[in-house]
Amino acid sequence: MGEVKVSGISVAFEKEEGESTLALDNVDLEIKDKEFVCFIGPSGCGKTTLLRTIAGLEMPDKGQITLDGGDITIPDSTRGMVFQEYSLFPWRTVIQNITFGPQMKGISKNKTLEVAEKYLKLVGLEQFRNSYPYELSGGMRQRVAIARALANEPKVLLMDEPFGALDAQTRNTLQKELLQVWAKYQITIVFVTHSVDEAVFLADKIVVMSARPGRIKKVINVDLPRPRERTSSEANELRNQLLKMLAEERRN
Amino acid sequence: MSKHGTKGPRERGIELLSVTMAIVLWQLVADLVVNNKFILPSFTDVLFAFIRIIEGGILFTDLAISLLHFGIGILSALLIGIPIGVAMGWFKIVNRALDPLIEIIRPIPPLAWIPFAIVWFGLTHTSAGFVVFVGAVFPVIINTFDGFKSVPKVYVEAAKVLGCMSSGSLIRYVALPSALPSIASGIRISMGVGWMCLVAAEMFGVSTNGLGYKIWWHYYLHQMDFVLVYMLILGFLGLFIDRLFRWYVDGQLLKWRAGVVV
Ligand SMILES: Nc1ncnc2c1ncn2[C@@H]1O[C@H](COP(=O)(O)OP(=O)(O)O)[C@@H](O)[C@H]1O
Ligand SMILES: [Mg+2]
Repeated sequence: MGEVKVSGISVAFEKEEGESTLALDNVDLEIKDKEFVCFIGPSGCGKTTLLRTIAGLEMPDKGQITLDGGDITIPDSTRGMVFQEYSLFPWRTVIQNITFGPQMKGISKNKTLEVAEKYLKLVGLEQFRNSYPYELSGGMRQRVAIARALANEPKVLLMDEPFGALDAQTRNTLQKELLQVWAKYQITIVFVTHSVDEAVFLADKIVVMSARPGRIKKVINVDLPRPRERTSSEANELRNQLLKMLAEERRN
Repeated sequence: MSKHGTKGPRERGIELLSVTMAIVLWQLVADLVVNNKFILPSFTDVLFAFIRIIEGGILFTDLAISLLHFGIGILSALLIGIPIGVAMGWFKIVNRALDPLIEIIRPIPPLAWIPFAIVWFGLTHTSAGFVVFVGAVFPVIINTFDGFKSVPKVYVEAAKVLGCMSSGSLIRYVALPSALPSIASGIRISMGVGWMCLVAAEMFGVSTNGLGYKIWWHYYLHQMDFVLVYMLILGFLGLFIDRLFRWYVDGQLLKWRAGVVV
């Protein structure tokens, strides 16, 4: 199970001299088990903050987040995360990066390796098993980051613009691969993006956020059949609807 | 130098030529201009002195004793300096508490500690090691601290969401490896400083052997050619230790850094 309930979350960041930025203001959100949810919104609207709060990396000033009914207060291995910037440990090889989570759980070395090999294969990087991150391209690094997060067998996978820095072609490939992984492992995925195309291609549910203070503007259920056609007329229609909403936000 | 630090035959040729020229010039100046073995021993004087030292069979003992003093100093600098640097880099309160003390003690020249070294440790190898230690410990502390301060936040957070929670584990699995390049360059600096302290540390007679001690011994005997031999041995050995360390760090320890320069 991986059901996330966000209720009445507010997060403020201290600026100097007592002033503070309200990054999230009273956000409510329900994410169902096995759902693929995308957060979209103008830059600075609090997408990252919301994701980090679900991860337990940010403490809310108000409100509560639960995973399958249990309170989330600190990070733990039930929520895996793929960061926007490259976050592989550069001093560990690819395989050692993937074994990190299981190793921390105190699982035996053999079992750890066995699990890691499985996810290494899943992302198709067997021949880079013993490479260091600096030897990998951006797309390969994010693949390893996904494998590393999955090796911990989280209930929810949190992803913060993971493909933002990649070229369009690599991004499309990784989107498809991610959907296959999602279908295979049946986990909940929460995915931040600023790309309307990406959200329309991936999501069951698109959460549109409004800027300053961060609020949820609208939740759109996407019932386009999978596998999706990027250029279908329904997809186009949804894209236009989203673009209009985002343009509205930018004007405010 | 070419891209990977390897030298072509042309560059090697220039280096060899330069060294040869310097030796020839030295020999000429010593023989024809100075012509006084006490003020400037010539290259051949030094060569013969070196051969006599080798024949005497004492060089090995001197080397061993000096490396013992150096080893005591560097090892204790690492054993004490790294944990202090780690604690200061990881726990703000430790930094607050120790920083003023370190800032006060650090500017004291290591050699100023010699009287206390003698009072505390007597005329022992430990005493000489202590002087090396005083010179070596601060670069280790400061670079460890700097390395810990600049651990990218994303690595710590990535580790946390992967279930690495306690300070102990985060230090061991994230901060320490991430800070290793900085720590390694601190060790390298501290070995340089410690090596420089060696001559002074052996001056006050903790042992009748040691490369630094021998410099003073031969000086009192007015054998400046021998003094120069020991000076050159100290220089070459220092260079060798530095090269060995760099080879180990770059080639083994920090393979994960592309094009690393410690
Ligand atoms: N650590 C922080 N300290 C101070 N302000 C922050 C911090 N993180 C985010 N913010 C502020 O909170 C707001 C939301 O940021 P963020 O969640 O990163 O937005 P997004 O990911 O949607 O671009 C922004 O105004 C940003 O400046
Ligand atoms: Mg962001």
